[in-house]
Parts: sequence; C-alpha cells; structure tokens
Amino acid sequence: MAATAPGEKPLAASPSTWLVWAGMAAFLVFLLGLLVSVVVDSFGRQWFATWLPLEATTDWYASSWERFSLGHVIGVTVGVALAVVVISVLVGVPAAYLLARRNFPGKRFVNLLFLLPILMPPITYGIPLATVMYAFGLGRSVVAVVLVNLVPSIPFVIMTMTPFIEQINPSIEHAARMCGASMRQVFLRVLGPLLVPGILAASILVLVRTVGMFELTFLVSGPQSDTLVVAIYRAMTSAGGGEARQLVSAMAVMYTTTMLVMLIVALRFVNPTQLVAQVKEARDD
Amino acid sequence: MTAVGSRSTASLRHRLAERGVDVSLLFLLPALLLIVGLFVYPFSYGIGLTFQPSALVQERWGGGVLANYVAFFSDPFVFDSVGITMRLALPAALFNVLASVPVALVLRRKFRGKRLVTSILVLPITLGTVLTAQGLLIFAGRQGWLNRFLLEAGIVDEPLRLVNNYTGVMFSLIITGFPFAFLLISSYLSGIDPSLDAAARTLGAGWWQRFRRVTLPLLAPGLATTFILTFVLAFSVFPSARLVGDAMGETRVMSLMAFRAFGEQNDYQMASTIALMMGVIELGVVALVLLWRSLLYKGSTGGKG
Repeated sequence: MAATAPGEKPLAASPSTWLVWAGMAAFLVFLLGLLVSVVVDSFGRQWFATWLPLEATTDWYASSWERFSLGHVIGVTVGVALAVVVISVLVGVPAAYLLARRNFPGKRFVNLLFLLPILMPPITYGIPLATVMYAFGLGRSVVAVVLVNLVPSIPFVIMTMTPFIEQINPSIEHAARMCGASMRQVFLRVLGPLLVPGILAASILVLVRTVGMFELTFLVSGPQSDTLVVAIYRAMTSAGGGEARQLVSAMAVMYTTTMLVMLIVALRFVNPTQLVAQVKEARDD
Repeated sequence: MTAVGSRSTASLRHRLAERGVDVSLLFLLPALLLIVGLFVYPFSYGIGLTFQPSALVQERWGGGVLANYVAFFSDPFVFDSVGITMRLALPAALFNVLASVPVALVLRRKFRGKRLVTSILVLPITLGTVLTAQGLLIFAGRQGWLNRFLLEAGIVDEPLRLVNNYTGVMFSLIITGFPFAFLLISSYLSGIDPSLDAAARTLGAGWWQRFRRVTLPLLAPGLATTFILTFVLAFSVFPSARLVGDAMGETRVMSLMAFRAFGEQNDYQMASTIALMMGVIELGVVALVLLWRSLLYKGSTGGKG
C-alpha cells in the first residue's frame, strides 16, 4: 500500500509510516462507523440491543419530510446559499483584485478589516449583529440569514482570491491595455476567463460553508427561515427530549447526501490541497 | 518622480493616482461598505451594549456601568466556562495540527488511490457539527457499534461512556477539525519546493535530519496559521457541546453561556459581554501564536507560506 518508489525502500517500510497509516485507518473506521450507523438508523424500525435494526423501513423519510416541512427548509437553504455565493463573489472578487494588484494608503488597515471576521469566533460578532437585526425588525427573516452569512463569506472570497489573482502575470493585462483594450474589456475578456477556476473554487467553498453554517444562522433564523442544519438542531433539542432519533437520522442522511454531492462536484473542479498555493507536484525521480 | 516634497505641476488627480488613489479604488467600496455595515457597526454597537447592564445585573453584582464585566468575572457559573472552553479547544487544536503533519507527509508521496484517500479524509468537512453529533450519539452511544464491538471482543466489561461528556465533544472536535487542518497543512507542505528536500538528500541527510532541518523550519509558519484557524474553529464549539456534551457540566463552554443569555434570558447586554470576552480571549491566544510565528523564518518557501 505505502509508496515504494525506487531507491526509497527503507523509508517506505519504516514503522513510523505504518503507524501513520494505522492512525488514518482508525480515523476512517471511526468515520465510516459514524456515517453508516446514521444511515442504518434512518432505515430501521426499532434498533436497541442488536447489531442491526429488526425491520427495515423508509417511513422515517416520509414522516420527517412532512413533520419538518423539509421542502420549504431545503428551498430556504438553497436560496440562501446561492444568494450568499452570488453576492460575495460579486463583491469580493473586485476587492481581491485591488488588494492583489494595487498599493494604496491604508491597505494594511483594509486587509486587517477583512481578516477580522475570519479570525473572530462567529458568536462574538454574531450576537451583536443579531441584536442589531432584531432592532431593525429583520429578525427571523430570510434577508437576515443571508446578511449574517455574508460576514464571513466576503472575507473568505477575498482571502482565497487574492493569492489566486497575484499568481496571474500582470503583463498579460498590460499587453491587453497596450493593444487598446479598455478596463472593462480587460476584465471581461482577459481576466475573467483566467479567474474562472478560482471563482468556481471560492464559490463552491462558500456554498459548502453557508449550507453548513450553524452558529450565525441559528442566531437570527426563525421557523420560516431555518436552514437544514438549524432545523436538524432544533429537532434534536426540541422541548421534551427531542424528536424520535430516526426522524433526525433521516434528515441527517438527506443533508449529508446534498453536501456530498456538492463536495464531489467541487473536487472535480479544484484540488483541495492547492488552495493556498499553486503546487509543484513532488517529483518522482 | 517624487510627488511628495517637490511641488508638482500635475493635477491633483494625477498626483493622487501616483500614490495609488484613483477611480479603481471604487472596486473596494461594496466590500468595505458591507463589512462596515455588517461587522464594524454591529460590533461597536455590541461593545456599547456591554456598558449598559440591565437593572437586574446591576442590582445583583453592582459596579455601575461595568456591572456586566463584574458579573462575568465574579459569577463562577459564567467565569468557569472560560477554563472549560480552553480545556477543550487547546488540546483539540494542538492534536489536529500535530496529527496532520505526519499524515500530510505520507500522503504527499505518489501512490495509487491518493486522490481517494485525500477525499475521504476531507469528507467530514461536509458533515458539519450537527451531523457528527448525531453520528456520535448513535455510533459511540451505550448501544452503539463501538461499545458493542469492545464488549464482544472482551476489551471492556461495561459499555464505555463516550458521549454526553468531555470525550464526546473532543471526538466531535477532532472529526470536524482534523480534515480542515490536514487540508491546510498539505497545501503548505506542497508549497515547499521538493528540490530542497532532494538537495538535502543529495548531501546525505537522513530522514529525520531532512524533516527537522529542512521541512519543519519551512513549515513552521504554516503550522502556526493552521493552529490559529483550527483553534478558532474549536473555540466556538456550540452545537457539539450541547448535543454530545454535558451542556450544564463538563462542557459548559463560553458560546453556550453567551447563547443562554441571548436566547433564553433575552439579556442582550450580558450576551454581548460574554461574546466580547470570547473574542478578547481568543484573539489573545492568536496574538501569542502570531508573536511566536514572527520569530520564525519568513522568506520564500517556493510558494506562499
């Protein structure tokens, strides 16, 4: 299993490598056990003192769909996520371009301003922000959910796009300008196509983050504007010891499937390990 | 051309453009406006709120405008949550960072199925804390597969209590935090030019020497950054502390306290105080790590380190 490149034998066979593989295997077993038990739970009628549930059923899906009006919840989730992605890309990419290419007075300060929301725990700014939202009468509305999710998303787009833009050779833009292209043309015809992979990567990450964002959404959402994660949390903690475990499991499976599909799509477009820097593949000589 | 000092005949617009101020700065405007409106303003408003304690808090703890802070530091129920949060977040972040280094090093080599293994390791990012919580409750609960396996294999006599306590939250922090740390570490690692390692090998350095003298110093700033980001994630545990933890005991973390004041007691002032203190404590840790990082090598690592 471990790599045995020619001339590297002693390293590949080292016990430490096997230890790492064993650790990884343990993590994966744990992870799979976790996932599979939720799936099994969601399909079982009764599951107490046995390895597997006694009877299989798909009833939990139908009843959780109805009980939590999941059609509406998923609609809200997708709508909010798309709105956040579109707005944060539209707002973040031009800002990232400027931060990557220009020097201007106060640039360090602006950088810090965009870094703070990423560094602070969401609750720290979430609670004052939610207080303001309620004061403006926006509490529990979908607009509020979109707005709170923009706070970490815009800096995130800027942070991921700035290095991406930096590694595009500026002489390409200069050449276009020399050939008489206007600023607009440079953007649409030259930079745009070059930026597409970066924008896609950033959007998918923002999408995944927004769908999975619990803390901020939870602070401002209400019954009509809950996203899927928040709905699951509420089902798990609702008064009277929470809903039947299998109902929650069924919701959880639906959520995971959605996220998984998004992640697989994402991995087709981006190599996750290349986010921070453009990579030189390790040479195998 | 030095516009500063010597009197230039160029127009103001030209002079400003020379220092980097021109129309294109407008690109920055929407992002700035949104961040100021949604982050800076509410945040300063929240700081203001902390100095307007409710009558109840003022009466109970005294201290005038500072009553919220007095309450924060002298109410053991609230103040103990600081230590509880640290006891969870620091070990979890440290473990995630330290465990990702060997994994990233091993996965850096070329082998069959590399993409698959990487994808599976990254998978938990999509699960989110709420899902991990549900999975842990079922898998590691009293009747779960884990305990059942341990019992039947004769490793333990009684089912282990792994959820609804400290261990449960720790598991959940590792499951959600490790993939994230791993992703960051491997991207920092791939930013290090492999020819440096090859050069060290040519000079006869052994495995440990290459790691200790070449890779580690180049990786250290990345380690610091990753630690900060995973620490931030772990520090604001909230759903897992409530769902797989012991919300009123061992895992009564600060975010739970803040939310209790916000959602259950509707004491926005106290909630803001706790939230603000969370930020202060967290940024304190981050500043310490950054300080340490500033002592490290900062040059080029062949990528962005």
